Amino acid sequence: MATALEIFQKLPKTNCGDCGFPTCLAFAMQLANKKISLDKCPHVSEEAKEFLEASAAPPIRLVKIGSGDHVVEVGDETELFRHEKKFFHPTAFVLLIDDTASPEGRKQKVAHLKNLTFDRVGQIMGMDMVGVKATSNDPATFASVVQEVASQTDLPLLLVSENPDVMAEGVKAVADRKPLLHAATPENYERMAAVAKENGCSLVVRETTSLDGLADLVEKVKAAGMEDLLLDFGPANMGNMLRNLTIIRRLAVKKKFRPFGYPTFVLAEGATEDAGIITALGTMKYASVIAFDEAEVPMMYPLLTLRQNIFTDPQKPIQVKPGIYEIGSPTPESPVLITTNFSLTYFTVSGDIETSKVPSYLLVADSEGLSVMTAFAADKFNAEIAADLVKETGIEEKVSQKELIIPGQVSRMSGKLQEKSGWDIIVGPRDSSGLPKFLKERSS
Amino acid sequence: MAIEIPKENWQGRIGEVVIGATPEEGGTRTKKIVLGGENTLPFLDFDGDLPHAPVIGMEVLDVVREDYPVLALEPIQDVKDDPAQWAKKCVDEFGADLICLKLVSTNPEEEDRSPEEAAETVKEVLGAVGVPLFVYGCGIEEKDAKTMELVSNAAKGERVFLGLAEEAAYKSISVASMSNGHGVIAFSNLDINLAKQMHILLTDFGVKKENLIADPLMAALGYGLEYSYSVIERVKLAALMGDAMLQVPIVCETTRVYNARESFKEDPTLGDPKKRVVFWEAATGTSALVAGADMLIMRHPEALAMVRRSIGELVGGGT
Ligand code: B12
Ligand code: SF4
Repeated sequence: MATALEIFQKLPKTNCGDCGFPTCLAFAMQLANKKISLDKCPHVSEEAKEFLEASAAPPIRLVKIGSGDHVVEVGDETELFRHEKKFFHPTAFVLLIDDTASPEGRKQKVAHLKNLTFDRVGQIMGMDMVGVKATSNDPATFASVVQEVASQTDLPLLLVSENPDVMAEGVKAVADRKPLLHAATPENYERMAAVAKENGCSLVVRETTSLDGLADLVEKVKAAGMEDLLLDFGPANMGNMLRNLTIIRRLAVKKKFRPFGYPTFVLAEGATEDAGIITALGTMKYASVIAFDEAEVPMMYPLLTLRQNIFTDPQKPIQVKPGIYEIGSPTPESPVLITTNFSLTYFTVSGDIETSKVPSYLLVADSEGLSVMTAFAADKFNAEIAADLVKETGIEEKVSQKELIIPGQVSRMSGKLQEKSGWDIIVGPRDSSGLPKFLKERSS
Repeated sequence: MAIEIPKENWQGRIGEVVIGATPEEGGTRTKKIVLGGENTLPFLDFDGDLPHAPVIGMEVLDVVREDYPVLALEPIQDVKDDPAQWAKKCVDEFGADLICLKLVSTNPEEEDRSPEEAAETVKEVLGAVGVPLFVYGCGIEEKDAKTMELVSNAAKGERVFLGLAEEAAYKSISVASMSNGHGVIAFSNLDINLAKQMHILLTDFGVKKENLIADPLMAALGYGLEYSYSVIERVKLAALMGDAMLQVPIVCETTRVYNARESFKEDPTLGDPKKRVVFWEAATGTSALVAGADMLIMRHPEALAMVRRSIGELVGGGT
């Protein structure tokens, strides 16, 4: 958004008062604070209008792909580095299916999507979209495969073809799903933009010779009436990809260069392992959508974890609510354990208790989302905090014994904790992976 | 339309650090390594120069305990009890640029091997490989003081880097390194201010900046990676903006992936553990490099190979 002074420069400066404010400057200040809209000034020029509308727009457009409850949002980023604020819209991962693959192969690939859904530290992570590639280059084949895939998944769709006739047929089959179309090129853009526009779809603009060419093509596609665009500069050699994505992000965010004010798209085809590293790089450095052919679980789980890591809010670790958690169906004789409310810690420890099959109470201290070791070093998990938690949760009324199992790494606080809480302190294993054995032995 | 590349005109530059000494420089290494010298963010060669591509070292322990991860043991099973052969395998077969020898057996609460034995191990490793060395103690200061003194003498002239210097324990290691012209690895704990503080402490104590490499703690993917990623980016940015005390090359270890149990645990829903842990380590290493590491210390040869290929694609090429 422009500053009040920048806006003021563009106003007529006649102080006529028609806007309801005594001076143009007063009006500019209201505008800068988004308290009022520009149309309240009847005298503003076309040029000023354009400038102000552009400056009010986010540096990178938010593009929504899909329809109804199944929408992926990409773009609308404002930072170059996650520590400056955060990255807002996680990179969307697309699994590509070839329309010339065997029916069996296609079916398996769609079915594989459910193997790629994971519950990690309390968040569900998985693939975001499915793409169909028109390798056949045949309208009827493409349309029937698109329809088939669409009938098997609710995920938003990507349609890949540079042939407008093929694309038009494919879109027809799933227009209500508002797929993303790939791609408009210098050769086909007029007809491709028309197909996208008619069907209300978002469109990838692909120009592989240079960023200059890409900017030109974006202008042309925009002139053809398209607004929901993504940028694709072509083959994903890692070095060029990193440099191009950085240049695009810088131009969009720092220079407000409008042709690049769109989310980016990377087609990571080719060798599986390298596609994995390309996806990792794109996830860290500014790719909004990445599409690939293979999605093996041992590679996708780390990649989804990386995406989760990079897109967490640097100010706020993922955390769980402090309090008492019941694992299994604990009874008054069940053991009581304590940990902190960092989500990774909680899910690791509760998972290990579950594995032990010994029903237990787990007390979770408010460490402001810090792990046990970090919280202990930062004095956010100590004997006082643990003793208070024991009192506040009322765990004493739930169990008949008074034994508290603490993490092995904080054994140093056991004396003081015993004193403060009046409970017997049992030092557990250092790593909670030792809990199954530890709990089983104690309960027998 | 010709777009204008929005260049950053960084004022700062990372200092160059030489690891290892060849016969001309009074050592016996067949090659030395130069780190640093860049005045731009990783791989962004349109902003400035990146004179030295990142290098990859490998970890060698002087004792492999019970708890060493099975999947990491596989490739080195035949040499695990012989640090010199282990190091040789890393260099000859896995293509390590450097060996990071960890003298864990000197830990007084474990094997408690003597500093003399440790120094002997260092000599054997130096004899077995031509690449430069990092040598780390057991982390217990009283013991490391003595060990590092002997290690420093044993490696006289070789320009090894000794680690890890920590806020509460950096003096004896610095003395050991300075007495024979070696270098020091300055460890800090995911904290940019502490990283800077460490470099101030060390340089005030007499360690020259060209003898310093920073280890800002690379946490594993899924185990705090995002904190490390941002700390390293911030350190790099501050250095490029001109903070002289942070203009030190960065080393990151990817070995902590084995702390994140999900990287290798048996779980049918997570797929083949070996493929997973290899990719986990490669992804962790790639993150470190993208954030700003000048060098990695890795564990699994296949992960190393993957990152090596990526470095090849990431450097050079232009836009
Ligand atoms: C990421 C990280 C951070 C992040 C915080 C992330 C977070 N949300 O907690 C940040 C960058 C903020 C951070 C800061 C600091 N950190 Co820190 N950090 C780490 C790191 C890399 C990973 C921590 C992690 O996520 N662990 C994963 C969770 C699951 O571990 P956990 O909670 O401890 O749980 C395990 C066990 O404790 C046990 N367990 C847990 N609960 C229970 C319960 C029972 C009953 C049992 C039996 C077992 C059990 O099992 C779990 C699984 O193994 C570690 C080093 C490492 N391990 O790799 C250092 C580490 C924890 N940090 C450390 C330190 C010193 C600090 C700082 C004080 C440094 C500083 N310069 O300021 C600050 C303190 C924070 C502050 N002032 O705000 C030290 C702690 C040293 C010590 N022995 O006390 C460590 C070990 C690094 C080191 N080697 O020096 N840190
Ligand atoms: S109506 Fe327009 S020209 Fe008149 S005072 Fe308001 S801003 Fe200025």
